[in-house]
Amino acid sequence: MNFLSTLFVGIISASLVNNVVLSRFLGLCPFLGVSKKTSTAVGMGTAVIAVITLSSAITYVIDHLILRDKLVYLRTIVFILIIAALVQTVEIILKKKIPSLYKALGVYLPLITTNCAVLGVAIDSAQKDYSFAETMIYSVGTAVGFLIAIVLMSGIRERIEDNDIPESFKGMPIVLVTAGLMAIAFFGFKGTIG
Amino acid sequence: MKQNTPIERLYNGVLKENPTFVLMLGMCPTLAVTTSAINGIGMGLSTCAVLMMSNLIISLLRKFIPDRVRMPAYIVVVASFVTVVELLMQAYVRPIYTALGLYIPLIVVNCIILGRAESYASKNPPLASFFDGLGMGLGFTLALTIIGAVRELLGSGSVFGVNIMPESFEPVSIMVMAPGAFFVLSVLTALQNRFKAPSATNKGDKFCSGDCAGCMDKTCRIMERSDKE
Repeated sequence: MNFLSTLFVGIISASLVNNVVLSRFLGLCPFLGVSKKTSTAVGMGTAVIAVITLSSAITYVIDHLILRDKLVYLRTIVFILIIAALVQTVEIILKKKIPSLYKALGVYLPLITTNCAVLGVAIDSAQKDYSFAETMIYSVGTAVGFLIAIVLMSGIRERIEDNDIPESFKGMPIVLVTAGLMAIAFFGFKGTIG
Repeated sequence: MKQNTPIERLYNGVLKENPTFVLMLGMCPTLAVTTSAINGIGMGLSTCAVLMMSNLIISLLRKFIPDRVRMPAYIVVVASFVTVVELLMQAYVRPIYTALGLYIPLIVVNCIILGRAESYASKNPPLASFFDGLGMGLGFTLALTIIGAVRELLGSGSVFGVNIMPESFEPVSIMVMAPGAFFVLSVLTALQNRFKAPSATNKGDKFCSGDCAGCMDKTCRIMERSDKE
């Protein structure tokens, strides 16, 4: 019971209350760049979930085995290299073993290396001294939050396209206004968990 | 103006291809840390330092880095300088270090830096690359300071911590919170469109449609594909 409630609260807090895109501004580039269509948004979101989960598990282990005691200052370099290598490896394995999945997610993988949400989650949970279980809950929650935000955004953008928008707000400005309104909506979750 | 001279590079980075307002790169720090003008300057200058040094080193090494492993090589160079800057800030400018927090190590994944490495420093001599980094960095600093100042003015009635609004002004506190960042940037971009100033959103195909497109130009290809489908 206790574990389950921690799990639930952790996921809700990481995905909705402190939404990675809308309240912490991590992973904004794909959020604005790849959210034109719902199908691409779902693909990007799923790929991010996979990469964040894997990378924070690996960075946690490396951090605790090697870096923690004397090499803390190497965290940034080591983590980004792990993420870059991991993304490459996942891409190669998928291409060879599961071509159907590669076809769906493959194009998004190279973009994820420079998605700050991935590095952000890894560094953040290392700095906050999370245990392995906490790290995993935090990273899965964050990734799910990213999926929710980008899918909602793409849904809204598909509708906006047909609307009558003032000339100067066409394109990026209206998308940013939408993101701002979504951020206000997500503020509503702040009261749910203290 | 003659191409690739230091002055031309500075002009290009600050005005002609301003990374934030024109190219729309590196959105994460732009929105996240600009709750006040001073934070904007701090973030801008630290990114500028990394950008100058990484451009210089990558340009010096451009003939030695094999094409196939250039991305990991760039990342190592950039990450090393980010670590240096992070340690220096931790030692000498503690308040800004605490205010920027997680976003300092995240300079590594700032699209501007890898973007400049890939599109400029890897093809041009060291001096021009250095000034390209300086120009882009100053342009970024300028943009962050403007956004930070606007948000600070509306959200807490002050600029650089100095109170300049009249007594009767009621601070719009949402401006210093997350949604305010989106609104301010949105209005600034809309003004640019209104006055036909060049920006990623109205320049059309050159920058695909803005965002992090310049990063590795892969976003562009994905978006083209999804447009065709």
